[in-house]
Amino acid sequence: MNGAIVAFCCQHSAYPAADLAGKLGLHYPEALRIIRIPCAGRVDVIHILRAFEKGASAVLVLGCEDGACHHITGNTRAKERVKHCEMLLKEIGIDDRPAVMFSLSPNAPHKFVQVANEIEMVTRELREAR
Amino acid sequence: MIIAERKPMAEISRAVAPYKKVLVAGCGTCVAVCWAGGEKEVGILAAQLRLARSAEENEIVTLEATVERQCEKEMVMELRDKVSEVEAVLSLACGAGVQTMADVFEDKPVFPAVNTTFIGMPESEGVWVEMCGACGDCYLDRTGGICPVVRCAKGLLNGPCGGTRKGGKCEIDAGKDCAWVLIYRRLEKQGRLDLMRQYNAPKNFRAVKRPGRVQAVRA
Repeated sequence: MNGAIVAFCCQHSAYPAADLAGKLGLHYPEALRIIRIPCAGRVDVIHILRAFEKGASAVLVLGCEDGACHHITGNTRAKERVKHCEMLLKEIGIDDRPAVMFSLSPNAPHKFVQVANEIEMVTRELREAR
Repeated sequence: MIIAERKPMAEISRAVAPYKKVLVAGCGTCVAVCWAGGEKEVGILAAQLRLARSAEENEIVTLEATVERQCEKEMVMELRDKVSEVEAVLSLACGAGVQTMADVFEDKPVFPAVNTTFIGMPESEGVWVEMCGACGDCYLDRTGGICPVVRCAKGLLNGPCGGTRKGGKCEIDAGKDCAWVLIYRRLEKQGRLDLMRQYNAPKNFRAVKRPGRVQAVRA
């Protein structure tokens, strides 16, 4: 998984958006590894840390827009967990591997591609700065 | 329950720096409830250690285990096989748990990964407050079940002091309730305000001889 960008995608928003991006033939980075999850709230700190341990260069948690979570608070919980994870990584001096949370709707394939491209650019810059 | 907070990562890393294989041992009771040393925290700390050491190109192998109560020798003994495989143990239990672990496995260095802070209860999600100082001479019968020894910033046995703020807040910390205002309100509800006029004699702070020891008979 060296250098992969792991994207945990909520099956109610980001996953359909990624699917739509594929159907529309939009290009997103090869390094992106999509993991379908029932809700962004399913992602735990340990999942993000394990992804980094296995060599991921970035972790994306993609969930529903504010107020649109099918499990009511899954996306807000995920946001908090990603924030906590950033602190845990900073604590051990790892600041070149970002963990980021984004919200998007299922009919936003262009936004999905934009987010993936942006994170790919950020990881490339961080890699080059190392 | 006993409340603990995880130690800064730098301190933990320093403690295990000479070792290549450690056991990260959690406790499934008090420290698990206050999110400091349960199974989940064990996993997170072990992952952090591995990530940090692999970034330094000085790999560490971690074993993970959580017992129900680390302050009981019989339960700690369950870790015998795992402890025999490692060079050191990192315990996420309270001070009692760390010492039990160190007693049971005398030949292995045991390092605490949390700071044990107080006996308390949850106030809201993720917030725990001190409730008991384990002084060995309980005053709660006279104070409506609110302990002034730990909940009053000055530990006054005859309060309130002259500094209570408007709204019943403490003069030392405006964010905290004045324990004696809480006591007054509680006693008022119970119709026992006469207790406020009663003088509480200086407390025997040596009620428990240190180190404490209690011999009980099971009913």
